[in-house]
Amino acid sequence: MPENTPDSPRPEHVTLFASCMVDQLAPAVGESTVDILEYLGITVDFLDDQTCCGQPAFNSGFRSETLPVATRFIELFEQVEGPIVVPSGSCAAMVRNFYGDLFRSDENMTNRAERVGERLYELSEFISRFFGTDAIKGTLADTATYHKCCHLLREIGVDEEPLEILSNVDGLQMTPLDRADVCCGFGGAFSVKMPDISSAILDEKLDNIEANGSNMVIAADTGCVYQMQGGLRRRGSSVQVVHIAEVLAKSISNSSVLGKS
Amino acid sequence: MKPLTTDFRSKAAETMVDEQVLQSLEHVYTGFFKGRLEAAGDTDNWEELRDKGKAIKDHTIAHLDYYLEQLADNVEKNGGSVFFAADSAEARKYVLDLAHARKIKTVIKSKSMVSEEMALAQALIDDGIEAVETDLGEYIIQLSGETPYHLIAPAVHKSRKEVAELLDDNYVEGDPVPDATELTMMAREKLRGVFERADMSVTGVNFAVAESGSITLVTNEGNGRMSTTVPRVHVAVMGMEKIIPSIQDLSTMLRILIRSATGQRISSYVTMVNGPRKSDEEEGPEEFHLVIMDNGRQKLLADEQMRESLNCIRCGACLNACPVYRKVGGHAYGWVYPGPIGAIVTPVLTGLKDAGNLPAASSLCGACHDACPVKINIPRMLLELRYRTAEGSTDKAERTSSVRERTVWKAWRIGMMGRKRFDIGARLSRLFLRPLARKGWLKKAPPPISGWTSTRDFPLVSSSSLKARLSKRSKKAKS
Repeated sequence: MPENTPDSPRPEHVTLFASCMVDQLAPAVGESTVDILEYLGITVDFLDDQTCCGQPAFNSGFRSETLPVATRFIELFEQVEGPIVVPSGSCAAMVRNFYGDLFRSDENMTNRAERVGERLYELSEFISRFFGTDAIKGTLADTATYHKCCHLLREIGVDEEPLEILSNVDGLQMTPLDRADVCCGFGGAFSVKMPDISSAILDEKLDNIEANGSNMVIAADTGCVYQMQGGLRRRGSSVQVVHIAEVLAKSISNSSVLGKS
Repeated sequence: MKPLTTDFRSKAAETMVDEQVLQSLEHVYTGFFKGRLEAAGDTDNWEELRDKGKAIKDHTIAHLDYYLEQLADNVEKNGGSVFFAADSAEARKYVLDLAHARKIKTVIKSKSMVSEEMALAQALIDDGIEAVETDLGEYIIQLSGETPYHLIAPAVHKSRKEVAELLDDNYVEGDPVPDATELTMMAREKLRGVFERADMSVTGVNFAVAESGSITLVTNEGNGRMSTTVPRVHVAVMGMEKIIPSIQDLSTMLRILIRSATGQRISSYVTMVNGPRKSDEEEGPEEFHLVIMDNGRQKLLADEQMRESLNCIRCGACLNACPVYRKVGGHAYGWVYPGPIGAIVTPVLTGLKDAGNLPAASSLCGACHDACPVKINIPRMLLELRYRTAEGSTDKAERTSSVRERTVWKAWRIGMMGRKRFDIGARLSRLFLRPLARKGWLKKAPPPISGWTSTRDFPLVSSSSLKARLSKRSKKAKS
């Protein structure tokens, strides 16, 4: 876990790690993350050379293919100081919790990985840690529920914070999701390698989502967002699954528009 | 029990369409899982207890030789015999030889996963000895000729009607289904006679206490306790890891075991056995034998990356928490230990070559790690085994990854080693898949994404990367 305490000075500058999925599949989530950070008064730097933390290959067991990619990640982010923010609990967990295992035969790399990992925060973790869960005062008239993504919840340890942040969005009606902390079945390559099992787990999640009745499911990891959205689309459901960054950015933009009028 | 780990996918597929079994599997979540959460919530120092439990097990496993010797010495001091079995065949032979030497006609068994490893009940029966399971769940499983479905609830997948058909000889289709109490009474009636004629018992061991040479059984039905007192010979079988140093440790371990298993604060019966009947005692067996079995555990012990799995106290909490177990069921895992703990110990104990699907069948959600009373980091070990099957094992036969997989990940690595390639790869995939997409989503995609689109729509790569968008944005801000 990063060592900063909640009352340590608020960062004025951060570096964004988009994650490969956000970068190429969901850039709007990345832009929203920048919007939120700028709203909080932070300048955001983006390292153009970034690609991936290596998690997909690592989770599939191909560590020799992961090593150069993870090393590249560390070398890149060693070039900047200060906090690094990623809108994904899963990528944060890879660097913070699993790089140790990946680099276990290389003490130097293990230490360097730890150094970078200490500065890496998932977005909602970063907001609540340095700015408080009430820092974002946006407006969004809609109904929503929240799914607790596994790695953010159990590897990073962020549980209620995103819900507290969302509770400060004016007009957003949140209804608790039954079994919110049960996996959606994504699991990266698992979702492709064992689609039948992945989908059986997803089905239970989608039943709970449909029973919830909200227009929107909010989640903090793009992989889970696509797993649930892909499944809901296949069911013909109109429920939208949205990344928390997009919800917050939209609520901020709504507020500023309202404020100007 | 012969491992059938190669059947994982087909067994899993069968379960996933079996509504009745899926309904039963719901109970492990709504009953056991929720019960554990409540019990943990009501226990002030729950996290402290878990840490203590982990420390006890870490310490014991690190000094296993010492404590096993101490245990054996003390069991013998108490008048019992100890046999170290290198594998299940040796353990089985010891029990069979003993039964024949003592001219045993009927053996009653209480619940024991180690005896499942030994396939002991069937071996006794094959040798002409009556062998009856007395744990209700195990009894049902024995009658149906199956193997346990769950570590602590072996017949959890059976409906009441199926149980009635097994227990009630007069039950015919259409009869009202008896309730749980009636079913238990039927089993009780059948088992009483067996208890009366049994001259030998085989029980498992929840914890063996090294300092006192005693074994502990945790049950809810009491048949386990009766098994240790009625027959003239009592044989307890245990895996060599089921040991703790002291009675003090037992207090910690019982608290976390029982809460994690069923959500109870204490089970109906906690039985401690200190060897056979002493000369001044009126009850108890004439002989007590403790069989301590290795059966691959030294492999786990010698394996630095997998050793922590020996900390397992077989509470079943990881099964109850596991979204995969609740969909594929216990039989898919193909050997004695189902669920997340099975997915890490079975490949090492029975061979990774055939069992590669077990560690692969996980979303790595971490619910097992979270639920484990001794905090075993199961996801980390699943990843370790995936590494071994992909490329890491020194045994070529265990490296079961396909050429296609290896090629995919090599291509992935090349694509991730430079930003330009990363962008080009993404653009190419968009170009290639776009004709198949509607409104940014694909209903069908070629391999390797076809697995995904078999059940879910797949998102098309975005028309521009975040990098491109942010660079546009900063230019706009500057102008």
